[in-house]
Amino acid sequence: MAPGGISPGAASPAPLPHETLKMFGSPLTGRRLWIAALIVPPLAFVALFVVYPILSAFAYAFFEWKGLARGEFVWFANFHKVLFQEPYATWTINAFLHNVFVFFALMVLQNGIGFVLAYCLWRELPGARFHRIAVFLPVVLSTIIVGFLFKLFLHPLFGVVNISLRAVGLGGLAMPWLGDDSTALMALIIANAWHMVGFPTLVFLAGMQRIPGEILDAVRMETQSEWVKVSKIVWPLVAPSATVVFTLLFVGAFNWFELPYVMAGLDGSPHGATDVLGLYFYRTAFGNQSGGAQDFGTGSALAVLIFLFIAVVAGFLTMYLRKREIQL
Amino acid sequence: MRKTFIRTTAALGALLMALPVMAQELTFWSWRQEDKAQYEKFIDTFEAQNPGITVKFEAFEAANYNTILSTALAGGTGPDLFMSRAYGGLETVASAGHLMALDTTKIPALANFTPAALNAQTMRSDKTLYGVPFASQTMLVIYNKELFDKNGIAEPKTYDELKAAAEKLKAAGLMPFANGTATAWQNETIVSALGSSIMGKGFYEDLMAGKADFTDPRYIEALAKLKEMSAYFPDGFIGLDYPSSQQLFTSGMAGMFAGGSFELANFAKQNPNLKLGVFAAPGKTVEDDALVGLFIDGGYAANAKTKHPEAALKFLNYVASKEYGQAFANGLRNISTVPGVTFDDPLLAEVAELNKNAIPYIMLVHFRFGEPSGSVLLQGEVQKLLADKATPDEVGKALTTGLANWYAPFKK
Repeated sequence: MAPGGISPGAASPAPLPHETLKMFGSPLTGRRLWIAALIVPPLAFVALFVVYPILSAFAYAFFEWKGLARGEFVWFANFHKVLFQEPYATWTINAFLHNVFVFFALMVLQNGIGFVLAYCLWRELPGARFHRIAVFLPVVLSTIIVGFLFKLFLHPLFGVVNISLRAVGLGGLAMPWLGDDSTALMALIIANAWHMVGFPTLVFLAGMQRIPGEILDAVRMETQSEWVKVSKIVWPLVAPSATVVFTLLFVGAFNWFELPYVMAGLDGSPHGATDVLGLYFYRTAFGNQSGGAQDFGTGSALAVLIFLFIAVVAGFLTMYLRKREIQL
Repeated sequence: MRKTFIRTTAALGALLMALPVMAQELTFWSWRQEDKAQYEKFIDTFEAQNPGITVKFEAFEAANYNTILSTALAGGTGPDLFMSRAYGGLETVASAGHLMALDTTKIPALANFTPAALNAQTMRSDKTLYGVPFASQTMLVIYNKELFDKNGIAEPKTYDELKAAAEKLKAAGLMPFANGTATAWQNETIVSALGSSIMGKGFYEDLMAGKADFTDPRYIEALAKLKEMSAYFPDGFIGLDYPSSQQLFTSGMAGMFAGGSFELANFAKQNPNLKLGVFAAPGKTVEDDALVGLFIDGGYAANAKTKHPEAALKFLNYVASKEYGQAFANGLRNISTVPGVTFDDPLLAEVAELNKNAIPYIMLVHFRFGEPSGSVLLQGEVQKLLADKATPDEVGKALTTGLANWYAPFKK
């Protein structure tokens, strides 16, 4: 296709008169067509594979489903079921609260430790080069591998955690970590933090490396205190990095699925102690072997609620964090 | 030369166009990836008997099988033949109307099947049969004969003897049971495998008649005894997942495994030197029936929209035949539901014998038709029970009130 030529792939409003066409109040020149030709395919791709599925999930949520056959239009019945009708209401709240807990716990364990690690790497403590790679290495691993690895670590009989505890005389602390409802969720959170801590570290580190040298020199004239330096200079100046990792963590924590699926199973074993919205949605929409039917309507209602919650809160969170970047 | 070429091409073209009419190609979906080789043998036999029909076996991951199948059926790209789940799992697929209705005029051999087997492939709402049931599974206790002999233990006839046997194994430094309960569904199998004789036939009949619910003292006692027996499970068993507990048993570290007869083939494969035995977990006294828990695994069904209905029915008739049942039992070491099948394998013969004195695997057979399903409730509640987070009474109550959400006889 020659630049400026009308391409059949450009999907511009047809039929086109020859020379010029009024579009958005300006002549449709060759350059514009060229831009359109470049933008339309990816836009169509996004529309087909992102917008369409989201919209269809919205639509599905308003119907009754029998297996995979769509039944009647039922208004908000599915939403009502998920939010107010037993046993769904209890399950929804249980899973949601776990997601909230996961978010805050990972905020500390993943982003908090990530920040500290980034600071240590940035300050070039001994071995910083090696550690920069070591910290990021687990991020490269697949969640499935990390999940199985931690399942082995936490194995009640042969797991390295319990064996080590017994070896140092702390056998009393050896636990069936993934089977006890008081430790199971925390075990998953720690596995996730170990897996992903390299990501916030890298983002924070990049942020720190962007801090201009003059500012740091100026600080050095004022104070020797690391704490002042971190809290008054570094932390405010990496605010854009914080915006990124906080928002991504929020979205990730409420979409959490793979790790609980691998380590705890679809039911959020034991007795729902590790149940999160992702597992709950999957079970509801697609069914599990022990459950009843697959229910696309209820599942879609749940998916829509999760989507709306994440979109709205992430929106406000981003707005707040952006504002904060400027204030600091 | 050129003429010959044209003629050959024309002849070949005509043949190619005629082939689809001559050969009827059927696709057959399954969730048994591990049985592919055996199924291909069964299919070879069928194809030899029915020239012109070819069957292509395709296996999918078991956990997502129903989703894959129902998506394909809804999209019109489904297989001609497929394995269907039983009970609630059948209904998810059948309720959308994609399955061919079956009866004894289409498959005469079905007349001899047991009602319990046919019930598993019948949808409750239209009382129509949709599949040819293929296997039953039994919940019982599998034990390591060598370890039992070495420690002078005989198959226990009462609950107290079972406890004494466990005690002996423990004293010998072994794990009495290999069971772990971190994998949710394992909590359901142990209730049936260890508790069926304690709850008894009377309880099951009353439950079905609407005269009893899960707060019944007989059921509560079964739960209490299960809790008691869990003292002989491995250390930290609540964190022990299903594959680990299988390995504990096959490696000879544990004497017993309370679970399904479907483990037998797998155990024998994992460790061919293992000498396996089975028994029904006993009741309180010798007079009590020693019962196993029984359910039907699945069936063979046909797509209502298949292009070759006659060929599909031929295949279903084949899998309902005694010849197939026998080949299935010998090849896959499973209890075929086809009547009159005999078992060369002594272990299988023993399971078939035990099946004569059974109650159903209750939650799967009767309580997977609504939300929350009895299985999901039981699995979670037993996890609580075994972790000291609930008493047997509380479990019984939670099951009954949970099921009252959709099970009419429990609604008050």
